[in-house]
Amino acid sequence: MISMLKKARWSPYVVGTGIGLLSWVTFALMNKALGVSTTFVRTAGMVEGLVSEDHIRSNAYFVKYLGTLEGPYPVFEWQFALVVMLVLGAFCASWLSSTYLRETVPDIWKVRFGPSKGVRFAGAFLAGIVVMFGARLAGGCTSGHGVSGSLQLAVSSWIFFLCLFVAGIVTAWLLYGKGGKSNV
Amino acid sequence: MFEIFFANPTTILMGGIAGFLFGFLLQKGGVTRYDVIVGQFMLKDFTVLKVMLMAVMVGSVGIYGMRALGFDIALHVKTTALLGNALGGLIFGVGMAVLGYCPGTAVAAMGEGSRHAIAGVLGMIVGAGLFAEAYPWIESHILSVGNFGKVTFVDITGFSPWLFIAGLWVAGIFGLASLERWEKNNQS
Repeated sequence: MISMLKKARWSPYVVGTGIGLLSWVTFALMNKALGVSTTFVRTAGMVEGLVSEDHIRSNAYFVKYLGTLEGPYPVFEWQFALVVMLVLGAFCASWLSSTYLRETVPDIWKVRFGPSKGVRFAGAFLAGIVVMFGARLAGGCTSGHGVSGSLQLAVSSWIFFLCLFVAGIVTAWLLYGKGGKSNV
Repeated sequence: MFEIFFANPTTILMGGIAGFLFGFLLQKGGVTRYDVIVGQFMLKDFTVLKVMLMAVMVGSVGIYGMRALGFDIALHVKTTALLGNALGGLIFGVGMAVLGYCPGTAVAAMGEGSRHAIAGVLGMIVGAGLFAEAYPWIESHILSVGNFGKVTFVDITGFSPWLFIAGLWVAGIFGLASLERWEKNNQS
């Protein structure tokens, strides 16, 4: 058991089975589906709300997740706790196997775009905006749609899953294809 | 403001435990690594697909199995809005290939020590805010196109869920076994 925890990588089938079993528990005991991206809506709403509460209480999208002035919903709920604890879970997993990184620019990015931290951070920030805009437009992310939705045989989730992979493959090849391919 | 900031402690505790285990699994699976995610899209490293397919196969049996056994398990299906799901998936895929993470793996990557994932997570908060601001227009112009409500393949076909789950398992086992064989033959 201890040696397994110290191992750097587990078989993807073991990890996939673990996530599948975790979904049984969240559906059965918590009446929830594993998901992540809604928490980003609550966080954005919280930040905007600190500037102007009236604004978020009148925005139809924030109202869906944070409620109205008369009937507000909690910000820090089930999924918010889940997202916060993702950090600790991953930290402990990497600490146990001494695979904690101090990565600022990934190697393959360096080969393609140079070693600049600023360029990578700006690229990651802009890509983060794109990722979340897409997730909310589709109604979920890789967890909520890709895993939880697909396992429920939801039509929306399988469409999302398919489109994600097509766009991801095309984009990665445009970025890293040809010369960069050997470095990936 | 935000008089009720926290939900009740039990739900927070359970969400926290689920998050811890989820983050632990993602790191051990290697899907918190930039090169693994990009490698998937380059069709050089199939870790992401293996993890996701396995999770969906195991998950589907459990959820529909418990329902068949009479347990009161509610489904949490997201709305099918064809244009929104497809366009959202495409936009998401473009961003994910550049960022090298999806929302869950970006947050877990922060825990693993990838500093650049923090920039990605900050961008995601901004992205969520931008979407909320654009929502009124998007709701009437995009989410209304091909909107079928919260439907599953069981709802639209009338077939048993087990037909789909059996198909998923057969295709999954056959596909993954072929993939393993192909990877073994292409090791250099």
